[in-house]
Amino acid sequence: MPTRHIISIGDFDRDDIDQLLDHAAQIDERKFDENALKGKILAALFFEPSTRTRMSFESAMARLGGSVLSVGSVEACSMAKGETLADTIRVVSGYADAIVIRHPREGAARLAAEFATVPVINAGDGAGQHPSQTLLDLYTIRQSMPIDGIDIAMVGDLRYGRTAHSLASALSLYHARLHTISPTGLELPANLAENLEEKGMEIIEHDDIRDVISTVDVLYVTRIQRERFPDSASYFNVASSYRITPELLADAKEHLIVLHPLPRVDEIDPRVDDSPHARYFDQSRNGVPVRMAMLMQVLQ
Amino acid sequence: MTPAASEENEGLLVRRIKNGTVIDHIDAGEALNVVKILGITGTTQEALSIATNVPSRNMGRKDIVKLSNRELSKEEVDRIALISPRATINIIRNFKVCEKKGVEIPTLIEGVVRCPNPGCISNTHEPIRTKFRVQPKGLHCCYCDWVINRDITGHII
Repeated sequence: MPTRHIISIGDFDRDDIDQLLDHAAQIDERKFDENALKGKILAALFFEPSTRTRMSFESAMARLGGSVLSVGSVEACSMAKGETLADTIRVVSGYADAIVIRHPREGAARLAAEFATVPVINAGDGAGQHPSQTLLDLYTIRQSMPIDGIDIAMVGDLRYGRTAHSLASALSLYHARLHTISPTGLELPANLAENLEEKGMEIIEHDDIRDVISTVDVLYVTRIQRERFPDSASYFNVASSYRITPELLADAKEHLIVLHPLPRVDEIDPRVDDSPHARYFDQSRNGVPVRMAMLMQVLQ
Repeated sequence: MTPAASEENEGLLVRRIKNGTVIDHIDAGEALNVVKILGITGTTQEALSIATNVPSRNMGRKDIVKLSNRELSKEEVDRIALISPRATINIIRNFKVCEKKGVEIPTLIEGVVRCPNPGCISNTHEPIRTKFRVQPKGLHCCYCDWVINRDITGHII
């Protein structure tokens, strides 16, 4: 039987996604075997900083009775001595039953899957893919409404934001309509937009969130990174016009949900946290049952 | 110039080979790229003849590459279909054409073009060859999903 890897949301069809989300929902209802992965070891190779993804994978493994090996900081591992990722993966394959990897280079997880003898899960590769985040984003949407045919607005850095890319690709399977609002230079990459349109997705660009706030079902906010701008003043100038506030949400549909892959900086006013629209902390929590379902899929 | 005269000129420019491979009907100006794609520059000890802008009845102008004492496999030459889909391959044995075939665009090409995405893992010192799926809209990087849809020759390794 071939080794099962989870590298890109593009490798999933709609049935695969629905089945995995159904499984996560069962796990959420505590219908799972707490020893399902007893004796199994997950290697966590995080070559970039991570809090939520890393901790939720660790939590998911612990809740299923398994354990986690970590390399610690990048500076402390052999990669700092010039070892190739291919060699690291071959070595770690001998220590663990599965590998979860985050790496700054696009395609790193695909390369890891080529050299690994155990399943590999991509936890983010550069500006590329982040399938576990996409699955938990979809899971969070599904908790509030059927995913089919939703109107979703993506706000912020849509050029480098891998979570937005992966989610948009997945939503093309659900006939969603995509509204984009992003600063100049941080728009959705043209080749991705073209791909999505070929799959039948309608994409509408807007200059102002207020133009769409009353029509969308989901507001997906991403962080605009300061380093993309020449100076702090131009960053604050742009960031302030993409900020989600209670005043903005006053015109929203009652069932609108606000999602954010976190960490947030200034994109969402903390006053929104108490609003019934805010779901970003639920979304973060949902990382655990979704990643439990993913681990069970590759390890059982 | 009559066809016969053009053939004569071609004969003067590029000698017949006894054994080896002749790649004919290469789009004019692409011969050097063909040689580059085949990876035979600097590595072969055999005689390599290149003729460019040779008059052609069907193509107006064409390029020809002749490689002595080496029969290129179909897999090797199919890669040139990316830049010259009308090319034909002639396998020569004792001055006679023993096999003649066209080129077919392969579904996967490895180690031929470089990914233009500077962030792609294939642009590092990892022990891998670049890998692209050939799709109607261009070459799709199997690692980072980048698509090369123009100037393929500019990305040849």
